[in-house]
Amino acid sequence: MEKLIFEYSRPGRRAHTLPEAPQVNFGVPERRSLRLPEVSEIDVVRHYTRLSRQNYGVDSGFYPLGSCTMKYNPKINEQIAAFEEFAIQNPNTDDWRMVGLLRILYETEKMLCKIFGYAAFTLQPAAGAHGEFTGLLIIRAYHLDRGDTRRVKILVPDAAHGTNPASCTMAGFKQVTIKSMPDGGVDIEDLKKNLDDTVAGFMLTNPNTLGLFEKNIAEISELVHAAGGLLYYDGANANATMGIAKPASMGFDVCHLNLHKTFSTPHGGGGPGSGPVGVTEKLKPYLPVPIVEYDVYVNHYFLEDCLPKSIGKVHSFYGNVGVIIKAWAYMKMQGAAGLKKVSEMAVLNANYIKARLQGVYDIPYDRVCKHEFVISVKEFKKQYGVTAADIAKRLMDYGYHPPTVYFPLIVSECLMIEPTETESKQELDAFCEVMLKIAEEIKTDPELVRSAPHSAIVGRLDEVKAVKEPDLNYFLC
Amino acid sequence: MAYFPHTETEVRQMLETIGVQSLEELFADVPEKYRKEKIEDFPALNEMELMAEVNEQRFQQNHFKYDHCFTGAGRYDHFIPAVVPQLAGRSEFYTAYTPYQPEISQGTLTAIYEFQSMICELTGMDVANASLYDGATALAEAVSMAVTATGRKEYVIANPLHPNYAQVLKTYLTPRNITAGEKIGQSTAAVIFVLPDYHGLISDWSQVLAEAKAAGALLIVCADPLLLSVIEPPQADIIVGEAQPLGLPMSYGGPALGFLAARQNYLRQMPGRIIGRTTDDRGNRPFVLTMQTREQHIRREKATSNICSNEALCALTATIYMSYMGASGLQTVARLCKANTDYAMQKLGSIPGFSVEPGEHFRDFVLHCPTDAREFRINYLHEDGIEAISLSDKDLLLSVTEKTLRESTENSSIDWIYGCLEREWKN
Ligand SMILES: Cc1ncc(COP(=O)(O)O)c(C=O)c1O
Repeated sequence: MEKLIFEYSRPGRRAHTLPEAPQVNFGVPERRSLRLPEVSEIDVVRHYTRLSRQNYGVDSGFYPLGSCTMKYNPKINEQIAAFEEFAIQNPNTDDWRMVGLLRILYETEKMLCKIFGYAAFTLQPAAGAHGEFTGLLIIRAYHLDRGDTRRVKILVPDAAHGTNPASCTMAGFKQVTIKSMPDGGVDIEDLKKNLDDTVAGFMLTNPNTLGLFEKNIAEISELVHAAGGLLYYDGANANATMGIAKPASMGFDVCHLNLHKTFSTPHGGGGPGSGPVGVTEKLKPYLPVPIVEYDVYVNHYFLEDCLPKSIGKVHSFYGNVGVIIKAWAYMKMQGAAGLKKVSEMAVLNANYIKARLQGVYDIPYDRVCKHEFVISVKEFKKQYGVTAADIAKRLMDYGYHPPTVYFPLIVSECLMIEPTETESKQELDAFCEVMLKIAEEIKTDPELVRSAPHSAIVGRLDEVKAVKEPDLNYFLC
Repeated sequence: MAYFPHTETEVRQMLETIGVQSLEELFADVPEKYRKEKIEDFPALNEMELMAEVNEQRFQQNHFKYDHCFTGAGRYDHFIPAVVPQLAGRSEFYTAYTPYQPEISQGTLTAIYEFQSMICELTGMDVANASLYDGATALAEAVSMAVTATGRKEYVIANPLHPNYAQVLKTYLTPRNITAGEKIGQSTAAVIFVLPDYHGLISDWSQVLAEAKAAGALLIVCADPLLLSVIEPPQADIIVGEAQPLGLPMSYGGPALGFLAARQNYLRQMPGRIIGRTTDDRGNRPFVLTMQTREQHIRREKATSNICSNEALCALTATIYMSYMGASGLQTVARLCKANTDYAMQKLGSIPGFSVEPGEHFRDFVLHCPTDAREFRINYLHEDGIEAISLSDKDLLLSVTEKTLRESTENSSIDWIYGCLEREWKN
């Protein structure tokens, strides 16, 4: 394991070459000490290079992490976003100096509108959850603006991502959980039971978090709208439907996307992301400010701050512009037809792995999947004491990033596999071979799998101790 | 169209293995009426065409470029050493997901633990999280913590806060009936103190701290991390802020880097990811995501926040910047910024008719103008290639960093604006 940067510190060592600073007065007491590392430039370079080698990214290998769409992050996108003309810009600068950048934002919005069928998008939310929050505030503003103050509830399926219910609470709603059917779809009866005039909306992920398309979407949409509610689309799984079906046409009034999933921007080890929110015409007045506008007559792009019914601001400036530029470049490279092909190939890849693992692994929802699917290893657990987590760790021994485990919560001992469209048949075959081999190992040598990983730089971590004796700060331990 | 490895033969083989005839069949579960709809087309470019298009937009940007930028107000043009983007640009870092699998994520986990430790050291707090979207949302999350901790529902803003931050607070908190109050009192959950304030003014917080304490409210300080490197950190309950100045480009406002640090006793109310150190079965001391029962994936609607993806790569970048700079580097940057602010204030304030807001300022400062500031800015400053913000019809908000040149060079920015102001006003 690599040491902490603090452990390389030697008094008096330094990397920077800044000029001497003059004596100045801050008007308040100055601090006596600041214990940051005292290291040389090469110390910094070697330390973070070593750390990078203890990481695993899409560039390192196959990363079938379900619900996360870990596709290839094109290098050209990184290069474009880093250009000084875009990266070194103060957000308070006048619009007329920002024509290139504002145009990129405007075009991004328009391309998203075309693919998903919305009247407008805001690009401000900095991640998916931030988008959910923004979308829910728009729903709230819509009802209140009509003088309907009784709609205090949002319905959320039990299979939904945890951010959905958490966003409801933050947006001031009470969330109500809706059950799923044995086939993974929404339990329509349970939905009907909960639909009344206190319901502001229903949040749905489609394809859902099991990777299955919600077949009853037309009926669901009718029911929710008949009850006066709005339909919200969690677009985390949009990689399965681009160019195939528009969420707006399916009846979703509001939608968020994850540019750091579907639109190839890198995940950064946990962000920065970007979670644009699309709305239908009737919800446009409530979008957060500012919005990017274009005046054809003077060929002028500008930020519009004056939206009297807007929910307000959700970000200190305009969201993660540096991320949005990458998604813009990606859409330009793909075109509308390319984005459709993305979804086709993503779904092809998922169904291919599913077909190859069928029979050996238990696939609880046995129908055509979309861009991902779920397997359950509860039988392996019962018979051999091997869990989903064990299989995940064993996959690391074979050089893979594991699939998502234990999500969604409604399937026990589950692994959720999402290959994405950027993986070749050879890559998928190699992965399937390893999965089949592990299934064999489980039967012949379960301990080998239970005690994995064997090749990682660290062994099994004591996560209970991490909570019981929190060590969260180098200077406190 | 790009990034598809499939050959036509392979697509056919794969369809066969799946047991379907065509790609369309894989979408048979999507009702036909949606599938039949037309998608409005837009063309695909190849990489060469894309670069030509990008260069056109870059040209557009450059065409209207200013020569002397005095715009700050929330994002700052600091010097970024070459090491920082080069290391943060290693793809093992940037192409990884959230470190759910610690065995193959020690790189990100170790760096974020270092980040948390450095933020604690800068703020004088016990615990910090792995980042939030930006300074404004970090402040909103902090108020939300204070509401949980005190059971009260009002926050008071003690000194001038960036108006965008105030708006974000309103958007975030109003739906939960958490409102801005005027006076510190028994219903105050949190008192917000900004350091430096929107105008760059550094003021003493001890009075505000005493009032917050007396009322049983939490003191939240929204502080600049560079300023914290030189001054005694306030005795707050929670310290938040925007860490873009720590090695991140301004990027037209984002990606940014919200940080949040608190005293130990507020750990359970904290939002976001937290990295902890533990042991493994081989005697190592590795790092792992911890204290997760606060978070949305476990606690769902009862979570402390909905945040999931945050700004991890920005936190890594700031960590590399702080490692490279060390205490002496951060403090040098802070002092150079202060010296340039002092110089600019003294120089511009000395022009007859102009004056500056009194007090110690850091980077941002207010210049009172003898004429309509908005018109002056548009009619004169823009003509002279100067970019600045007008606060009102009286005031300009100007900003400098350690990069702003002072005197003796031909293009020195501060002397340039001095010359321009003096000349324009005289005419
Ligand atoms: C289905 C679903 N919804 C929402 C989110 C939240 O997105 P973010 O992490 O960008 O906030 C995720 C992310 O994992 C997800 O998988």
